[in-house]
Amino acid sequence: MLKTLSEAFGASGAEQEVRDYIKNAVESICDDVYTDNMGNLICFKKGKLKGGRSIMLSAHMDEVGFIISGINEKGYLNFKTIGGIDPRVVIAKRVLIGKNKIRGVIGDKPPHLTDKNNNAALKTEELFIDIGAKNKQEAGEYVSIGDYACFDSKFIQFGNGLVKGKALDNRIGCYILTELAKNNYPHDIFYVFTVQEEVGCRGAQTAAYKIKPDISIVVEGTTCSDVPKTDETGFSTRLRGGPALSIVDRTSYSDKELRNALYKAAIGNNIKIQYKQTTLGGNDAGAIQLSEAGVKTAVISVPCRYIHSPSSVASLEDISACREVLHNFLISEDKEKWSF
Amino acid sequence: MELLKKLAEANAPSGSEENVRKIISEEAGKYADDITVDTLGNLIVRKKGPGKRIMLTAHMDEPGVIATVIDDKGFVYFSPLGSVKPGALHGSKMVFLDGSIGIAASKAEKYEKTSDLYIDPLKKNTVSLGDSAVFATCFEVCGSIISGKAISSRAGCYILLQTLKSIQSSNNDLYFVFTVQHLLGSRGAGIAASRINPGYAISIGAAPCDDVPGGAKLPLKIGEGPSVKIMDNTIICHPVIKRRIIEAAKAENIKIQYEISEKEGSDSGAIHLRGAGAVSGAISIPIRYYNTAFEIADLYDVNGAAAILKKIIAEGI
Repeated sequence: MLKTLSEAFGASGAEQEVRDYIKNAVESICDDVYTDNMGNLICFKKGKLKGGRSIMLSAHMDEVGFIISGINEKGYLNFKTIGGIDPRVVIAKRVLIGKNKIRGVIGDKPPHLTDKNNNAALKTEELFIDIGAKNKQEAGEYVSIGDYACFDSKFIQFGNGLVKGKALDNRIGCYILTELAKNNYPHDIFYVFTVQEEVGCRGAQTAAYKIKPDISIVVEGTTCSDVPKTDETGFSTRLRGGPALSIVDRTSYSDKELRNALYKAAIGNNIKIQYKQTTLGGNDAGAIQLSEAGVKTAVISVPCRYIHSPSSVASLEDISACREVLHNFLISEDKEKWSF
Repeated sequence: MELLKKLAEANAPSGSEENVRKIISEEAGKYADDITVDTLGNLIVRKKGPGKRIMLTAHMDEPGVIATVIDDKGFVYFSPLGSVKPGALHGSKMVFLDGSIGIAASKAEKYEKTSDLYIDPLKKNTVSLGDSAVFATCFEVCGSIISGKAISSRAGCYILLQTLKSIQSSNNDLYFVFTVQHLLGSRGAGIAASRINPGYAISIGAAPCDDVPGGAKLPLKIGEGPSVKIMDNTIICHPVIKRRIIEAAKAENIKIQYEISEKEGSDSGAIHLRGAGAVSGAISIPIRYYNTAFEIADLYDVNGAAAILKKIIAEGI
């Protein structure tokens, strides 16, 4: 299932394939499943407890990608990035374009012919996509301006319990929510699969406005830099260290009581957990927390090395630990610690 | 003055405003019809009246840092909460919320990046990830000049409390809101506005001021009166509020200045776009050495702002 989700096509604004797959998986097990005007998939499951609270669990469906912005005379495609993609990771990567998933490769001048002293930062405007067309007219038969493109990358297992694939941020979150939706919990739960997170947390904003939950937990894939050339202060998270709780980042300051409740749900059950040790980045929690009169939020993430690239790497152990922590939190009937 | 000192010496970085909220709750209790704390921690003090719904805000949070990494020797690495410049941190005495002290220092010769800075806690192994700290500075008074940390936030809280205390009975429905997470992007003010849905809003904030050697890029001066906000990065203030501030200042014979800021955001900016929008504006206290351990302000400006606000509230908008 995680393989299908990872390989599904779903750049911001083009989440349909991911949405259809999730919808199909949860429709029969939830009480109400619908898609809102923005494209968020909202799945409601009534709690067993009378007078329980409402909890919004949210994971974004979209991934970083590209949009075709032009076709030149020789049949090469110009493109713009959707979401934060480092130009260094895109050269010579395979992409799939549009509904028909036309194959293409992102091209640049070969290194032999590049001025070796030119250290100027690479810009995506200077790169292009090569779909093997002879000229503009032929390219136009396969691709239109405005078509989306995603990395073309197979999801595989490798090494000691690791997986590699594209869009692990945040199909991992989608996978965890879909798994949790199979269970019954005391409180009312909205499993929300949001759109357009990578372009500014747009879907989460309208979803939170509509749902008005008591609390919200965002399930994410997050940065992990436990790699050479990074010193410990810049790790952010460690792979195989368990899911990471956010303290504060650019968009939200996690509610301390909710964060502690999640921490206890891990430690109390001998599950590894860590704190995210940088405050950079942002996610749907910012939009949800400031929705209307405010919502208490927390963020739990699975560490992903090489995030926003076609070869993101995560640990299966961390993924199941994240699911377990959330499960342990959700089975609790406790309401008190969420009130101020 | 005791109250301002108490407020300025309380430690309340963004996201952990409890200490200041407690002082204000106690001060406001006798004068309020209703006091609530909302989801993010905003303190909402209501003074009921039959007329217009008016929201007055001042933020409680001050600049600080938050521990993100603790190395095996007990040194604490951190991220800023609010726009605290690395140069303002190097060599400063910092206090964590449990009262423990540490010294901020830089491992690089230049203080350009927060990632080069660390805190050396006097007692090791007391700090946990997510603990936050603020400058450890005493409040000083010298004639009309005041100095200390957090003056840019607590002056506003003080002004709102003075205004609340001056009200016998109100013609309008007044909400005094002491906001949280202002320095993280006026987050508290926005959600409070959604809850209250005010027709009018006036925020009391602070404006950086560089009337010092090598400065004078900004027009404001301390001691020349509170400043009427014309615009900042998040709002173009409503003419009705600007006019009422200017009229009230004239009536009370208080000098005023005008603030046009391109960089700063404000609570009024977050408020005026919530719901169907509020008629919104702000008064700022000019502050030297903004967001450092030793901010300097002039009591003329602080007391002037309080007098203007009292006048506006007494007469209505």
